[in-house]
Amino acid sequence: MNINFKHEWIETNIGLMAVLTMLAISVGGLVEIAPLFFIDKTIEKVEGVRPYTPLEQRGRDIYIREGCYTCHSQMIRPFRDEKLRYGHYSLAAESQYDHPFQWGSKRTGPDLARVGGKYSNEWHVQHLVAPRSMVPESVMPNYPWLLSTPLDISDTASRMKALRTVGVPYSLSQAEYDANVTKFGVTVAKQLHIPDAKKNLGEQANFGNYDGDRSGISEMDALVAYLQVLGTMVDFSKYSDDAFVDNR
Amino acid sequence: MSEQKLQSQTVQTTGHAWDGDLQEYNNPLPAWWVYTFYATVIFSIVYWTIYPSWPFGKGWIGGVSDITYVNSEGETKTHSWNTRALLLEDLNQAASAQKPYFDKVSAMTYEQIAKDPEMNGFILSSGKALFADNCAPCHQAGGQGVVGFFPNLTDDDWLYGGSFDTIHETLMGGRRGYMPTFGEVLSGEQIDQLANYVASLSGTNHDAGKAAAGNVLFHSETAACYYCHSSDAKGRKDIGAPNLTDNIWLWADVPAAEGAEGKIAAIRGVISSGLNRGVMPAWAGRLSPEQIKVLTVYVHELGGGQ
Repeated sequence: MNINFKHEWIETNIGLMAVLTMLAISVGGLVEIAPLFFIDKTIEKVEGVRPYTPLEQRGRDIYIREGCYTCHSQMIRPFRDEKLRYGHYSLAAESQYDHPFQWGSKRTGPDLARVGGKYSNEWHVQHLVAPRSMVPESVMPNYPWLLSTPLDISDTASRMKALRTVGVPYSLSQAEYDANVTKFGVTVAKQLHIPDAKKNLGEQANFGNYDGDRSGISEMDALVAYLQVLGTMVDFSKYSDDAFVDNR
Repeated sequence: MSEQKLQSQTVQTTGHAWDGDLQEYNNPLPAWWVYTFYATVIFSIVYWTIYPSWPFGKGWIGGVSDITYVNSEGETKTHSWNTRALLLEDLNQAASAQKPYFDKVSAMTYEQIAKDPEMNGFILSSGKALFADNCAPCHQAGGQGVVGFFPNLTDDDWLYGGSFDTIHETLMGGRRGYMPTFGEVLSGEQIDQLANYVASLSGTNHDAGKAAAGNVLFHSETAACYYCHSSDAKGRKDIGAPNLTDNIWLWADVPAAEGAEGKIAAIRGVISSGLNRGVMPAWAGRLSPEQIKVLTVYVHELGGGQ
């Protein structure tokens, strides 16, 4: 111990101690996280990834509300067994519009990152209402109220505005809409326009008829719409199987 | 000398005193701990040189360790170590072990595979794993299906046909069941007559008088059931219209319904509300051609292959 240094200097100066404590506990984060903002390969350059439509986004809210993430991950790791069971490993690009991301670290149930398109809407509805009628060995709880609860769509636009604040490119102005047309094409850009949120949500629910009942929009409609889009945005047949190796 | 002796016997304090006499000990770390710490520092430096580690400019230092793999375009590539390259190397190894079998699957016809005992063993084991991952959630682990939702694959009844080619077609492109809603165009009495006729076709308890009226309706232009289910009510496999004469039920859960009236009610329910479900997803984009061929033979061998 250097003779000139005394613990007393820090211990008797609360301001100095606060600054040094902050420095000490932020080193780990700074070293591991900060470089990701400067490395240009952090997010893969890939076509097809878009923000969720209003209906899918509301389904995502229900996914979070019901705590699905406590048992289901959305992160396929680059291992052979995971590729065989779930498909291509998850890309960073695929969750770039997720706030918060649903990667998770607990798999009581299977990973859901690529569940979209794997089962029919009807399977999802029946499985959410009574999981054991479809998978006898399942330990998943029943979620019958999703089918009987009308989806609250009154705050859809506000929710999209909140996501826009954290960087999801939902559009409010004509200029933002035009930028989305350039980036995602007209069909997607229309879905991302906040003033049309309720109309888009209703149309998608009616057209998709996810819960098998066109008389109203249930929470089931939204959740199944969300589940059916998971992992389907990138067409991996367009890419060589080592297209994303350089990104890690 | 005396001062040195004193220091070695008493533990040092941090040097300051609170409230006049409150002092803190300053024990040195044990030697084993300090040397272990130095060892971890040396270990990390070795690790940095072998594996990807420090960010550098817009990229990072890749490390000296590398991985060689063959990509889907058949090019052999060497890349600095990372988990994505490691996965490709793993897949290459697994693929080369399975290649003799999958090459045979690609080269042989369905009939040849089904007759070859060695290939049959391969289909049974690899097909079982594929079926469990992808098909069992709907068709159940043994392929027995769920009445009211998903068809039984182990019986002789096929909606779209049970030959190798039709099973393959079903797997590749998926299917969608459809029956119009007759509740909107027929009266309750007419639907009841039709239900009795449908019950009579498979020997289920029914009212003979109503069934006779239903028979006329079935073949009339009013209900036009025969368009899809054909005049002999044996269905049409090209559009997936089921055979109504075989006492095998998919949509109306007749076997589980209570009493004669309950069974008729189950049939009435399907006629009046119709069907716009029975969706089977397409697997062409999700599974490889060889995997789909394995599953085709596996499903064919579940029981009712034609």
